[in-house]
Amino acid sequence: MSTSIPADTTAKFAEYADGTRLVSTDWVAEHAGDPGLVIVESDEDVLLYETGHIPGAVKVDWHTELNDSLTRDYLDGEGFAALLSAKGISRDDTIVFYGDKSNWWAAYALWVFSLFGHEDVRLMDGGRAKWQAEGRELTKDKPQPTPTEYPVVDRDDSTLRAFLPEVRDSLGKRPLIDVRSPEEYSGERTHMPNYPEEGALRGGHIPSAQSVPWAKAANEDGTFKSVAELKEIYTDQAGLGTSDEVIAYCRIGERSSHTWFVLQHLLGYDNVRNYDGSWTEWGNAVRVPIATGSEPGEVPGR
Amino acid sequence: MSADTSSTAPKTSDLPESLAEIVTDLYETDPSDRLEVLLEFSSDLPELPQRFSDHPELLEPVPECQSPIFLVTEVDHPEEGEQARVDLHFSAPPEAPTTRGFAGILHEGLNGQTAEVVLSIPSDLPLRLSMTDAVSPLRLRGMSGMLSRIQRQVSERIGKITQG
Repeated sequence: MSTSIPADTTAKFAEYADGTRLVSTDWVAEHAGDPGLVIVESDEDVLLYETGHIPGAVKVDWHTELNDSLTRDYLDGEGFAALLSAKGISRDDTIVFYGDKSNWWAAYALWVFSLFGHEDVRLMDGGRAKWQAEGRELTKDKPQPTPTEYPVVDRDDSTLRAFLPEVRDSLGKRPLIDVRSPEEYSGERTHMPNYPEEGALRGGHIPSAQSVPWAKAANEDGTFKSVAELKEIYTDQAGLGTSDEVIAYCRIGERSSHTWFVLQHLLGYDNVRNYDGSWTEWGNAVRVPIATGSEPGEVPGR
Repeated sequence: MSADTSSTAPKTSDLPESLAEIVTDLYETDPSDRLEVLLEFSSDLPELPQRFSDHPELLEPVPECQSPIFLVTEVDHPEEGEQARVDLHFSAPPEAPTTRGFAGILHEGLNGQTAEVVLSIPSDLPLRLSMTDAVSPLRLRGMSGMLSRIQRQVSERIGKITQG
């Protein structure tokens, strides 16, 4: 990576394919405030940042800031430039994301930032819960960033993002990972346990997709599992082996961003894409096949 | 990113004074400060009384919310029917401040009101809080879930509907 912000040399991280993508809470406590480093909190709960955050951290909310709800898409290059400028982020800054729920939403924000090719993006291992559990400082003081001149960069939808036609063409050729709960995978339910119904007409999964609920990648304290454990889960049990292309999906693409991070950065799969249309698109689309039950199912004839 | 839906003042004529005041205050609050107001409601949400914290099974979960929340209504004198006083109790963890905030609004607006008032609250209340842009419509759904459960419980307690 090109920036002057050093990597975290924690031994656990060195084992990952690209351990420079992770930093520890210790590292953040030491480096917060360094010029060229911006800490971004991204949570499921839109108010959590306001209750207290890492000193100096800015907030990015996916619902209200990263989406273009009129087109069911992400913000465009101009919108992204305006957002990052307002947050005081420069193109060559190092960004460390952290958040609630084992960094699920932080990984999602990181993935969206990656669509715009922001190079040095990292996650704080363990996220907000670990920082809090360690009794570290939280503040309600919001930073007043000086706006930057963030360049307008076109979003690249071809590398890290998959769309329905490509997923359909992938059936039987490339591995798919379904990161939702077992109940959503089997078709018993169309939304997360204890979560609101977000609307899918059919329950089930994309034929041939392997079920690996996203949280399997995380320890109890929200940190990522070791590389050996992750290999066991994804490479062996889910059968990814040495695949050179993997597509992950969930319900709207948030949980699968967490898995995308694991496969892309921690295990080093070269070509991992997140299908953000996910089940709320696939489950509703006309003439698109699904499989039900706990087995991946057969790819239908074409 | 969504269209600004709060350009005209939301309707309050069919709300009790307590809720009308909240709706008007939020509308008149600068949009960038509305989350702070929600945070105040979150902080002001009363603790669960011990008779309920000792018996969490008495509370009903609200799965429409993105975070775990439980609620229970109390009607001490159900024989008074629609004139009976309703008390509301909520339990939601501090790491779910948005959900707590919506619970706080319902508590501030409805606790101590009569069953008649509680049952009269229109289901589109969450959309009148001028929070759609700040919070997103999806997150507002949880509040609708709380309101509908409160109303169903109150109906059951005063015998307006029988438990199925």
